[in-house]
Amino acid sequence: MIGIISYIVFFTTVASILAIAVLGLNLQWGNTGLFNGGVVAFFGAGAYGTLLLGGKPQPDHIAGFELFYPIALVGGMAVAGILAWVVGILTLRMRHDYLAISTFGVAVAFENLMRNAEWLGGGAKGLRGFERPFRDSLGDGFLYNLIFLVVVLLCLLATYRFLETLVSSPFGRLLRAIREDENAARSLGKSPAKIRLTAFVSGSVIMGLAGGLYGTFYAFVSPQDILPTLTFQIWAMLIVGGAGNNKGAVLGAFLIWAAWTFSGWALSRFAPVEAQLYAGSIQYILIGLVIVTMLLWRPQGLLPERLVVSQSGLR
Amino acid sequence: MIQHLLDGILVGSILSLGAAGLTMVMHILKFANFSHAELLSIGAYVALVFDKIFKVTMPLMANEIGSLSMTWALILSIIVSMVFTGASAVVFDRLIFRRIRAKGEELSMVFASFGLALIVRNLIGLIFGLSTKLYSKDIVFATVLSRDPLLVVKLDQLAAFSITLVLMVVIHIVLSRTTFGYSLRAVGENPELAQVNGINLEKTIISVWIIGGGLAAVAGVFYGLTNQINPMIGRDLVLPVFAATIVGGIGSVYGALLGGVIVGLASNLALSILPSGYSPSVPFIIILAVLLFRPNGLFGEARA
Repeated sequence: MIGIISYIVFFTTVASILAIAVLGLNLQWGNTGLFNGGVVAFFGAGAYGTLLLGGKPQPDHIAGFELFYPIALVGGMAVAGILAWVVGILTLRMRHDYLAISTFGVAVAFENLMRNAEWLGGGAKGLRGFERPFRDSLGDGFLYNLIFLVVVLLCLLATYRFLETLVSSPFGRLLRAIREDENAARSLGKSPAKIRLTAFVSGSVIMGLAGGLYGTFYAFVSPQDILPTLTFQIWAMLIVGGAGNNKGAVLGAFLIWAAWTFSGWALSRFAPVEAQLYAGSIQYILIGLVIVTMLLWRPQGLLPERLVVSQSGLR
Repeated sequence: MIQHLLDGILVGSILSLGAAGLTMVMHILKFANFSHAELLSIGAYVALVFDKIFKVTMPLMANEIGSLSMTWALILSIIVSMVFTGASAVVFDRLIFRRIRAKGEELSMVFASFGLALIVRNLIGLIFGLSTKLYSKDIVFATVLSRDPLLVVKLDQLAAFSITLVLMVVIHIVLSRTTFGYSLRAVGENPELAQVNGINLEKTIISVWIIGGGLAAVAGVFYGLTNQINPMIGRDLVLPVFAATIVGGIGSVYGALLGGVIVGLASNLALSILPSGYSPSVPFIIILAVLLFRPNGLFGEARA
């Protein structure tokens, strides 16, 4: 029984962390129409940033500034934000293809850098030397995981509330205006490039938060955690849940993560031994099929965006 | 150094073929097609299958041409593969991209192309296995061009390069001398106006997919011939090919041809200063440099 409960706690923690990243993507894609092909770079920047800033000094790489944990987490988010700013400032003035390609490229380069630069992130072995906060008083057991889940859920709730407020604010209206008709927005004196950049960086900072929490949860991050697969999973979550709808984003995260873990379990349990090598390929095909079929048959997702007419003009 | 230059040009010309097709698609359909590199992969594997078939059914064809490891069977397979890959590009358009276009969700096509790339890449892995394959098991020795400075090249590479050059000339003639070339440009500039002038939009789109797929097939086979064939060809080439289109300016076929060579050269020269582990990052660095100094590429024009 305790096994099942602790598994549920584990599952919910990971799904909630991913849901935060999906919310970040929803701000970019769902609300502003920005294609981010490198979600995992900003997620990874958050994870590496947090563990580097909060970890203990290591002999072989620069890790370990032993900062107070919340500061380390904010620092990780800042690293993700800076990375997004650099990519965004170069590409957001251009046709949308450039952002798609550059963000995809930044993810490839980031993973490549972390795999090779041992002095920076420990290389292929991953980043060691981080200790989870309050480990001394809470231990490593079930109690710790339960409390950590509560923290993650609070972060998810805070992100959700923040985005809901943002989306219904005049700024949220502006994002949708730019998404729908950039020229019309410009004719009203708005600066699409600047506002896109704000949305892109904010979304990436949220992904950085998710990455920071992910790194904290495992107290470890390696290039294996920042493969492009994660980007595809996070997109599938948003597309299935419903782009433009924050509730949908969270729902999609839980559904797809459940489907992913279940299919992985089912393949390892029931597939013949010689097919095990291909279990990964089968899972990727499933993710690809989910993305393509949703776009073809229900592009608005399970919970479509609610289109609101601003009432202020009527009053 | 000169060796790096030579290798860069040889590899780059393969990227050029991939990028030329990709930039045409991006010019006409206005989306970044992340599944284009999978067409190279399809091309390489289709040629592998037909190469085997031709060698078994027509033993005479299995003889090597001169001192190349290329056989007549492989040359014939390349042609079959061009047709097959062009056809599969059209099928992908029919099944996926055209339907999404019809909904008016142009941006969603980028997502769809990623999804498609995942499906194709992993299906190839399932069908052909994850291990690497080769067209010819013979060990190909490099020919020494000069001893000082030491300069070696595989004859296969030179043959592939010559065929690529011929194809580039063909592309040039088609673009500049045929009605199709004009209609391609017209559709890219203004689809509505082009249709008013009697250009069949759907036909132009189909032709672009066929040409793009055909060029991708040749690029894929040559890449397989000079490196090796594995299901990850698409994953490894997607960024270099995109970098080539950005260097040339999205939409410019000539730019893409030159861009491929520049990316090939830059990647090889970078290896003389960077540890080889960093080579996957080089295309991204090139993209950043272009965006910083010449955002619309060498031949591109500013577009919203």
